[in-house]
Amino acid sequence: MSDMSWPLYEVFVRPRRGLNHVHVGSLHAADDRMALLAARDLYTRRNEGVSLWVVRSSDITASTPDEKDPFFEPAGDKVYRHPTFYDIPEDVPHI
Amino acid sequence: MTDDHVYLTLAESDHEAEARWAYGTGFADPLLGVDTALAPDVDGADLSLYCQMLGDDALILAQRLIEWCTRAPELEEEVALANLGLDLLGQARLLLSRAGQADGTGRSEDDFAYWRAEHEFRNVRMVEAENGDFAFSVARLLLFATARGALFELLADAPDPVLRAVAVRGAKELAYHREYATAWTLRLGDGTAYSATRMQAGLDAVWPLLEELFTPHAVELRLGLDPAVLREPVLAALAEVVTAARLTVPTALPLARVGGRAGRDGVHTEALGLLLAEFQSVAREHPGATW
Repeated sequence: MSDMSWPLYEVFVRPRRGLNHVHVGSLHAADDRMALLAARDLYTRRNEGVSLWVVRSSDITASTPDEKDPFFEPAGDKVYRHPTFYDIPEDVPHI
Repeated sequence: MTDDHVYLTLAESDHEAEARWAYGTGFADPLLGVDTALAPDVDGADLSLYCQMLGDDALILAQRLIEWCTRAPELEEEVALANLGLDLLGQARLLLSRAGQADGTGRSEDDFAYWRAEHEFRNVRMVEAENGDFAFSVARLLLFATARGALFELLADAPDPVLRAVAVRGAKELAYHREYATAWTLRLGDGTAYSATRMQAGLDAVWPLLEELFTPHAVELRLGLDPAVLREPVLAALAEVVTAARLTVPTALPLARVGGRAGRDGVHTEALGLLLAEFQSVAREHPGATW
């Protein structure tokens, strides 16, 4: 039976509303096209989206848990990086 | 493929989709806005039988595809095959419901699916054959999806609005079934020597069952829907795939008819009786049960 030798792919779906593709899971496939078809069958069968990206998991460079503090901790106390100290004119919507 | 290919769909506007607010919502009724009245020049009994022919093809093949659940070589393929089966089940439900409207008996889709006997099923013998190995199932799917896709193009001019609606919707589903089956035929046929042998054996086994899809029944001729016109384009399309897969187009003779009759007349192989015995068992054990 399966020896699971097919490479792992990560799947990203873009729902109709909203601009971004969102990571929804992973699957095994022998090649890129098979990964795309399998993603269609596994992750969009309940009307979840209108666009798919698949990418080999090995092609993703990820941050590690060890880097969590130097990477993300410094942003935690920099409230002045948020644009909350400006007065927004009332006729400027969607901000 | 250009570098910005991946961003193409981001630029699409879809104002009509604003109403959808969550995953898994926004489903459309395939018969929304379709006039379900019978056309005056169409014989209701003929239309009903025709809907049963196409509906039974879809229903029985759906059952065969769903049998792959827990048995497929990979989890991904298992879900894929079940999806294809559910597409066909959706087509079967619309067609069998239409059959009960057309002949005036008011029979429901369940009446047709669970309460007819084997000789009342009108499917071609191709769809009832046992699944065999994965290659046979892929070969059957390739032949069926190619032929049914071509038929649904023909049905764009069918003398019944529901048939036309089913065909328009189903054509998109069958285009995907065909792509799936084509991809596997190429992968196995142009793979290793062993996979090519297995794929060729699958094609050889299913090929004799193809001709029945092009053999007109009197009902089809009376409705002006002669499937014989599909033979040439479908065979050409199949030959293209088989050749691209570095395999040989089978030359086996069609499976013999029985006294001139076959699946469309209710004459089936042993495989259908066994399938129905399982398929109908729950409904017959608990008549009228709902869940």
